[in-house]
Amino acid sequence: MELFLTPFIKEPNSFTLDFYLQKGGYQALKKAVGMTPDAVIDAVKASGLRGRGGAGFPTGMKWQFVDKKSPKPKYICCNADESEPGTFKDHVLMERNPHLLFEGCLIGCHAIGAKIAYIYIRGEFYHVQEVLEAELARARAAGYLGKNIMGTGFDCEIYVHRGAGAYEAGEETALIESLEGKRAQPRIKPPFPAVEGLYGCPTAVNNVETLCNVPLIIERGAEWFAKLGPEKNGGPKLFCISGHVKRPGTFEASMNVTLKELIYDERFAGGIRGGHQLKCVIPGGSSVPVLLPDQIDVPASFDGIAQAGSMLGSAGIIVMDETTCMVWAAENLLHFYKHESCGKCTPCREGGDWLHRLLGKIERGEGQLRDLDLLLSISNNILGKTLCAFGDAAATPVLSTIKMFRAEYEAHIREGRCTVPAPWRSSSARALAAH
Amino acid sequence: MDYGRGHHKSARQLPEEGPAFTYTPENRAKLDEICARYPADQRKSAILAALYLAQHQQGYLTRNAMKHVAAAIGCTPADVEDVVTFYTMFYTRPVGRHVLQVCRTLSCALMGAERVTEALSETLGIAPGETDAAGEFTLLEVECLGACDRAPVVGVNDHWHECQKPEDARALVDGLRAKGAAVLTGCYLRVERGSSAK
Repeated sequence: MELFLTPFIKEPNSFTLDFYLQKGGYQALKKAVGMTPDAVIDAVKASGLRGRGGAGFPTGMKWQFVDKKSPKPKYICCNADESEPGTFKDHVLMERNPHLLFEGCLIGCHAIGAKIAYIYIRGEFYHVQEVLEAELARARAAGYLGKNIMGTGFDCEIYVHRGAGAYEAGEETALIESLEGKRAQPRIKPPFPAVEGLYGCPTAVNNVETLCNVPLIIERGAEWFAKLGPEKNGGPKLFCISGHVKRPGTFEASMNVTLKELIYDERFAGGIRGGHQLKCVIPGGSSVPVLLPDQIDVPASFDGIAQAGSMLGSAGIIVMDETTCMVWAAENLLHFYKHESCGKCTPCREGGDWLHRLLGKIERGEGQLRDLDLLLSISNNILGKTLCAFGDAAATPVLSTIKMFRAEYEAHIREGRCTVPAPWRSSSARALAAH
Repeated sequence: MDYGRGHHKSARQLPEEGPAFTYTPENRAKLDEICARYPADQRKSAILAALYLAQHQQGYLTRNAMKHVAAAIGCTPADVEDVVTFYTMFYTRPVGRHVLQVCRTLSCALMGAERVTEALSETLGIAPGETDAAGEFTLLEVECLGACDRAPVVGVNDHWHECQKPEDARALVDGLRAKGAAVLTGCYLRVERGSSAK
């Protein structure tokens, strides 16, 4: 299978400007700058490219919504905050193929009439930021960035902006707030960023992988892109597979591939680790519902996984074998959501903490049957009642694990202890849960 | 700021006043360079970068450092405190020379992160959230670092150390003492080479 986003990532110098130019880099930019902005947007629309950050919104539409008649400056904000548990694709692209991202940012700026793109990178990616800054300096010195890029008369700058540890900054309006030097808390929408985004100006917020696909579309054509996958799910896609598999990693494939192939095929994760059986899969980052082993023989596409009852999300596929306690897994994730809630909306701030405490109580064998109803009630009072999708994300692990594994919750309560031994947990945690 | 133990997010804890603080000329120049990346009337965008510079200079952030950052950015000290108390990567108490951050979120936990924390805790003689008496190591549990295929991951200051096992704790601690960040494996390529050489 041919790779388009990650063909050279294992070659030692794949991140350098020279290497990128040798492989035909920045030709798509030259071609795009020769096209009208509308023609670029039309090409991206025709390709059917859908945002790779989680929501799967069509990128061409997002760019078309940017208010080009506004007298204010326009901005591209590249969302490199990659913080969704189980997701680790964007840092591979940035660390090993950064010029593809820069080229995508520049084409995006041309399309929406922006002169500056900010790459908002999470604070924990400092080693990735070093690569980006060094390569930006090389690109600037060689005339691929700055004034009169490649002699085309197109001026554009790209800057890296480092976050400081906040999952919520991955939400587009929270990212903008953080870029403006404030707490990363979401804004009320509308107005959408396309109308009033960064500094109150029209802004497009796009994920790293999304922007990396743009040069491919310009170079190879919208039709090529659309055909590379099921209808409305075109183009190459990166899948992140972690957890109890033989070969965890980032794998590129078209969305024709099935979730089952990604987990079991030797080209990808190579199956469940020795001697164990699959228990369940979280297919799109921790914020999406779990799938059971008999639900995974579906295309790993936005629509395929939606039909199976979950979401492709960020394509962070977390695989769990039979040693995993689902009450513990939900507790672990709610610790994350409780910790990362930005605190702006009460249902999420208070509800997440409450859910986490109840799950801990059940996991320690101190739960009662009525706690299950309380968990469902709190979750349903968070769902859809917050400004951003974080609230839904926090409620989902609880709702979906109770739906799929209710018997396991009840066993914890009935027997007054954790009923799944999980040998990889710490001895103190196991002792507490099995007392 | 660490919300880990005992107090709620909304509880206000004032950081200590600390010694007098001004940027070194190098850091001041770096800040001016970073401010130039944003529109002239949007200096506040550089606040995170300004705080990183102060934290690197002094090790952690005090009220005096925040006041100085506020003056350098052109905002109020309250604006700065608002930001410092929100983001997890700013420290308002002294931390060790090496801040070990064990990822505790699902993918790392499935691969035994709890046992890695336990082993590091035993090796260093400190609980998560604490700093050793010599000021060498701080042990923290953090949320997903975004390297779940190399689980469990331990962040060490600004870098990563990947694929950790509990039995590696002693070697990591000794290695950091002897050679500093040079012992860390957390680069995609270096790990890739290591696995292909097997």
